[in-house]
Amino acid sequence: MAGNNESVGKTLLVAFLVCLVCAVVVATAAVALRPVQQQNQVLDRQVNILMAAGMYQPGMDVQAAFKTIERKFVKLDTGEYVDEPDSYDHLKAAKDPARSERLSGDEDIASIKTQENVGEVYLAYDDDQQLTRIILPVRGYGLWSTLYGFLALQPDARTISGLGFYQHGETPGLGGQVDDPGWKALWDGKQLYDENGDVAISVIKGHVDGGTPNAEYKVDGLAGATLTSKGVSNLVRFWASEKGYGPYLERMRKNPDGGGRQTASAGNPGGEA
Amino acid sequence: MAEKTKDLLFGPIFDNNPIALQILGICSALAVTSNLSTTVTMCIALTLVTAFSNLFVSMVRNAIPSSIRMIVQMVIIASLVIVVDQLLRAYAYSISKQMSVFVGLIITNCIVMGRVEAFAMKNPPLPSFMDGVGNGLGYSLMLLCLGVVRELFGAGSLFGVTLLNSTADGGWYQTNGLLLLPPSAFFLIGLFIWGLRTWKPEQVEEDTFKMKPHTRVSDAF
Repeated sequence: MAGNNESVGKTLLVAFLVCLVCAVVVATAAVALRPVQQQNQVLDRQVNILMAAGMYQPGMDVQAAFKTIERKFVKLDTGEYVDEPDSYDHLKAAKDPARSERLSGDEDIASIKTQENVGEVYLAYDDDQQLTRIILPVRGYGLWSTLYGFLALQPDARTISGLGFYQHGETPGLGGQVDDPGWKALWDGKQLYDENGDVAISVIKGHVDGGTPNAEYKVDGLAGATLTSKGVSNLVRFWASEKGYGPYLERMRKNPDGGGRQTASAGNPGGEA
Repeated sequence: MAEKTKDLLFGPIFDNNPIALQILGICSALAVTSNLSTTVTMCIALTLVTAFSNLFVSMVRNAIPSSIRMIVQMVIIASLVIVVDQLLRAYAYSISKQMSVFVGLIITNCIVMGRVEAFAMKNPPLPSFMDGVGNGLGYSLMLLCLGVVRELFGAGSLFGVTLLNSTADGGWYQTNGLLLLPPSAFFLIGLFIWGLRTWKPEQVEEDTFKMKPHTRVSDAF
């Protein structure tokens, strides 16, 4: 029996059959479970958006809450709304040379290398169809990793109401403090732009208190995480700048109703595919 | 037969614990035990993978040519791990996100490969399956102990439910940050092994080298 088992033909046959069976099993699992997984990803994203907007409570019905949020697409260089399919993924677009722009070293303060041409925004409305939050996806490099998160603004398009990251690989306990609720709360009420409309926000070294000049543009740095703090500062400044959502936010400031809710059916929150 | 099944199932818990006696699978024991929910998920995932890879390898053990023995075992283990990973992503998304790469790394867990090679290749399917479950239980026991200690004293909670009110939230308990870092699991495993070998001295390994007694007796000077 052993001799039979060791022949070249038998070896190839066993290898082939094992691979075939395993491939079928793995492929079946992957295909059968994909719809549930995609639903989870959408839900996860929605939770993160709600968290950044300060609208999340544990155990809430995320999908119901998300009905009040509209997803829109913005051409970043002009700030105009454009149409994209619901399956549009701005991170995928950023990797596609046809739909993105390579940033030069000076422009690329957030170290993201390529930037999508069309970004997305989420607009939250209250029960009276009044805009309550503008939520922008942001990303940028910290110390070890790219931080992905959402920046939530008040309807005036200059006051920050929240910042949260849903994915990063910073050092736990040091740069990882970007997830600290206490630190995230410091962003609430800070001003993104000064009177002239220039980006003014920054994360500074040390502590901001009442006596700090221009305290409304400054956020405390994270102790022991200078480079992560700098990365966060840069990424917020980048996405608020002319290269990021600057033109769009300027439009929103001039014409707050320009982004008003057009029809109830226009929004397909979260872009279920 | 019943006696043997019992041995296969419960032997690896204290008498032949894969972590405490064989010192296998340490990597994941450090990585996923900082809170209990990931710990429990990892225990279930590893027990399933060990049991079923033992079962399937044992079923085809007589047809596997010895020249490609390892790679066949590996393909079976890897397929099972991918299936478990896919299931977690579908039904326990937030936990699978926290565990990230460590579910995939079950493939490289020495316990799985070790049991397949040492037991399933030589035994019929049913005992092999039981052996896999038993070793999964032994691994789980150790991980659960680590998880309870690390989460309770490191974060003051169990399964994310706060039990000891930490000073950061205005309570009285000063959390021990070291316990949330991987090296703390090393100390805890060490203490566990010490305790286990004091209770069951037969597990103490013989010294590799015997030190000779002093041949010259004289005062130190």
